[in-house]
Amino acid sequence: MALPIYRGTFGPAQAERLLWRAGFGPRKGESQKLAARGLSGAVFSLTRPGKERFVGRPARDENGRSLAPLDAFGHDHLWWLDRMVRTSRPLVERMTLVWHDWFATTNAEVGSNKFMLRQNKLFRTHALGSFQDLLLGVTTDPAMLLFLSGAYSTKDAPNENYGRELMELFTLGAGKGYTEHDVRQQARALTGWTADYKETTGFYNFRFEPKYHDTGTKQIFGKKGRFTWRDSCRLCLQRHAHGPFFVRKLWSYFIPTAPSAATQRDLITLYRKQKYAVRPVLEAILRHPDLYRGPAMVKPPVVYTAGLLRALGRSVDTTEWWGYSYGAGQALFFPPNVAGWPDDRWLDTAKFRGRWFLASLALRPSVLDPEAWAGKLPADPENLLARAVKVTGSPSLSNQTRELLLEFGRRALGDAEDEYEQAVFPVQVRNAMCHLILVSPDHHTS
Amino acid sequence: MTPARRACGCNDFSRTSFIQHAVAEAGRGLPAIEPGMPLPPGTGLSRRSFLSRSLGLALSVYGASVIDPRALELGIAKAQAAGPGQILVSIYLAGGADSLSMLYPHADPDYRRLRPKLALAADAGPAFAEDQRLGWHPALEPLTKLYEQGKVTVMSQIGLETADGSHFNTLNNLQEAAINARLNTGWLGRYLDVVGAVDNPLQGISLDGSLDPLLATVKHPVAAMDGPFFQLSVPSVYGKVETRLQEAMGDIGSADYRDASRNLAAGVMLQSRRLIEQMAPFGDGSGLTPPVEYPSADPDGFPTKLAGLAGMISSGLPLSCVAMTAPGLYDTHDSQVSYLDDGLARTFSSIAAFQADLESRGVADRVLIYVWTEFGRRPEENGSNGTDHGAAGLAFLIGTRVRGQLIGEFTNLKDLDPLGNLKTVVDFRSIYCSVLEQWFGVDAGQIVPNAQKFARAELFA
Repeated sequence: MALPIYRGTFGPAQAERLLWRAGFGPRKGESQKLAARGLSGAVFSLTRPGKERFVGRPARDENGRSLAPLDAFGHDHLWWLDRMVRTSRPLVERMTLVWHDWFATTNAEVGSNKFMLRQNKLFRTHALGSFQDLLLGVTTDPAMLLFLSGAYSTKDAPNENYGRELMELFTLGAGKGYTEHDVRQQARALTGWTADYKETTGFYNFRFEPKYHDTGTKQIFGKKGRFTWRDSCRLCLQRHAHGPFFVRKLWSYFIPTAPSAATQRDLITLYRKQKYAVRPVLEAILRHPDLYRGPAMVKPPVVYTAGLLRALGRSVDTTEWWGYSYGAGQALFFPPNVAGWPDDRWLDTAKFRGRWFLASLALRPSVLDPEAWAGKLPADPENLLARAVKVTGSPSLSNQTRELLLEFGRRALGDAEDEYEQAVFPVQVRNAMCHLILVSPDHHTS
Repeated sequence: MTPARRACGCNDFSRTSFIQHAVAEAGRGLPAIEPGMPLPPGTGLSRRSFLSRSLGLALSVYGASVIDPRALELGIAKAQAAGPGQILVSIYLAGGADSLSMLYPHADPDYRRLRPKLALAADAGPAFAEDQRLGWHPALEPLTKLYEQGKVTVMSQIGLETADGSHFNTLNNLQEAAINARLNTGWLGRYLDVVGAVDNPLQGISLDGSLDPLLATVKHPVAAMDGPFFQLSVPSVYGKVETRLQEAMGDIGSADYRDASRNLAAGVMLQSRRLIEQMAPFGDGSGLTPPVEYPSADPDGFPTKLAGLAGMISSGLPLSCVAMTAPGLYDTHDSQVSYLDDGLARTFSSIAAFQADLESRGVADRVLIYVWTEFGRRPEENGSNGTDHGAAGLAFLIGTRVRGQLIGEFTNLKDLDPLGNLKTVVDFRSIYCSVLEQWFGVDAGQIVPNAQKFARAELFA
C-alpha cells in the first residue's frame, strides 16, 4: 500500500488551505507558523492536538451577557461558533461539524437544545476516533432516537425510519448493498429503545427496554440471527459497500474531486486494517497531493464565519452572527433534512447577501470614519490595499483579485475632484477594499 | 436571565418561522446528493437564480427541469401571452393565531370563565353581522369593513382531526394536504404539477425569499423572491466611491479564476451586482407607485410586497399561486394581547390596502386571498397572559367573488375535545378541494389524497 503524499512546496499558502479545509482558517500569523512545521508536522499538529485551550474572549451576546445555549434560541449556534473560533483543536471541531452533517439531526424535530448539545458532545468525543464507536453512540443517542423515531419503535410496531437511513445515508449509500427486506429486518433488530415523557420537561430516561425489543430471528444481508441494535450497526460496517461509502464521503468533506481508484482502494484497506479508526484515514487525506494541487472548495457559511472572526482576532459578541449565518444558508443544529446540507448549493445571490452582511459584521470595529480620518491616509492604491490586507488578517489573494482591487483604487481615487474628496476618498477606498477582500471569490473558497 | 422553557418545546416564536424555512428546504422535489447516490437529471440546475427582464425580479427558481434560463424567460412570455388566469394568494399567520380572540363570543359565559384575563370586553370590537353573539377583534377593523361589503368568507373551527399540537407536524400536514404522508410536495405545488407549465416559474411564487412548502412541486418550476429589493452597501463607503465599488464587483465577478469554485463565487458576485442595478428603481420607491395608499413601511416589508404583487398581477405576469407569511408573532404563549393587536393590525390593514389596490387596477375578480394559520389556541388561557397550542382555528377567504358568509359554526365552547380544545368542524381539505374545483376549475381528486371524503363548500356567488 502506498498512499501518495504531497511532495511540493509547503509554504504559507498551502498551510492556509490546510487550515481552512481541516479547521476554520488561520489566525494572524498562523499560516506561517504551520508552514514551518512541514507537511506532516502540520497535519499531525491538527490530527493529534494537545489538550484543548481556548484563545481570546469568551462569547457574549450584544448586552454583554454570557450565552445560554441550553435555553435561548440561536445561542446553541453561537456557543458552537465560539468553540470554532477560539479552540486550539480546530480539526476536532471541524470533524464535529462533519459528523453533524453526516448524521444530520435537526432541532426543528427534536425540539430540545439539551439533546442537541448532548449529541454534539458525542460527535466531539468521537471526532477523530472510531467510526464504529460513533455509530453505536449515534444509534442510541436521544436526539437521534427522537429524530428518526427510534424511541417509538417497538416489536409490535417496528419503525423503519432509522434502519433505512442507517444504511442509505450513514453507512452504505442509497441502494448500495441492501434491499427493502433488509430495511424491515433492521427495523425489527433496532426495536427496544424508549423514553419517558413529562408534560413539563419533555423526554427523559432514554433506555433499552427488553419488553419492547423483538427477540425473534431476523434475516439481514442474508444472514440469520436474533439480531439487536448492536448487530444492526456491526452488520452495516462489515458490509462490503461500507468501505467505499465511508472513504468517499469522508474524502468529499476535504477534497472536491473524487479520489482515484487506487487511492480509494488504499484508503479502504487502511480503514479496514485500522478497525474503523478515522484518524489514520484523515491523515492520509490531509497529506494527499489532491488537497494541495486540486481545485478550490467553497467554504460552508459557518466555516466562513468562524474564519472571519479568527482572522480579525475577534470573538462572538452579538447574536447577529446567528442570523446572518442563517441568511448565508447554515444554521447549526438545523440542517435542512437528514441528508445534511447540500454543499453544492452554498452560493446563490441570496446566500451571497448573507455572506456580505457577515463580512460587514466582521469589519464593524475596523471601519474608519472618513471625516475623522480625512487626510490621514495616502492616495496610493498599493498602500491602501496593503492596509486592507493587514486588517483582514493577511489572507492570500489571487493576482486577479489583487489587480482588480488596485484598479478599483486607482479609479476611485481618480474621481476626487476637490480637496475634500481627495481627503476622504482614501479612507472610503480602504474601507471598500477590506470588504471586497472578504467577499471576493478568493475568500469564499479555499 | 434566560426565558424558561415552555411545555410545547418551542423556546419562542422564531423557531416557528425558522421551521418554515427548514421545511421549505426539506420540501425540495429533488433528493439531496450524497456520495454514492446517482445524480438526478438536471443536478446543479434545479435551482438557479436568473433575472426576469420583464420586471427585473430577482428570482430563485426551484425544480426547473429546463436547462437554459433563457427558456424560462421564454416560458414566462408564452404563459403571459396566453392571457390572465385565476390567482390564489396564500397569507400565513405563523405560529397558530388565537381564533377565540379574532372572532370572540362576547356573551358566552364560558368564554369569560376560560379567559379570565384575556377576554375582550363585549363592546371592544365591531359585532359580527351574521351572528350577533360574536364580535370582531378591534384590530380586525379593516377586515370587518371588507366583510360588510360581502368580500370575506369566515371559516370557523377549521382544522384537521389529527392535529397533534406540533407546529411542525400540523404545518407539514396542512401544506401537503395529507396526514403524515411525507409527500414532500405542497397541495398548491401538486396543482401546478397538474395544470402548470414546464417553463413558467412565476406560476408559483413565494414572496419570503425561499421556497414556500405549499408550492413545492416535483415536475414544474416555481420561484421565490424576497420582495423587489436587493441592496448591498458597505459602511462608510458612499457616492462616487460606492459607484466604483459596484463597478469593481462587476469586474471581479467577470474575472476568470481558472477554478470552478472560484468562478462560481465570482459569478454570484456578478449576479449580485446586476441585481443591485436592476433593483435600484424599487429601492427608492420610484419603480412602484401603487394607486392606493398602503400602511407606511413595515419592518417585514409586508405592505411593500403586497403593493409589488398588485403591480405584478396588474402588469399581466403569469402568476397562479402566491405564498407569503404575514407579519406578527402569533405563537402567543405569553403577552398575547400586545402581540395579537400588533400582528393583526399590521396584517389586515395591508390586506385591505391590497384588496383596494386590486380593485382600483381592475384585476380584483381574478384574485382570491386565503388567510390561514396552523391551529387555534387553547380556549383556556395559561397562567402567563397567553394561550397554548389548541386545535381548530379560523381562516378567511377574501375577494370580490366570494359568497361572504360564515362556514362552520358558532364557536362552541361547550363541546371541547378531551384536551380542552375546539373541535374541527370544517376540515382544511374540504376548503382546499372546494378552491381547486370552484376557483381553479380542476378535479381535486388528482391533487388532494382521498378528496372524495371531504364535503365541498359553496364558496363563490
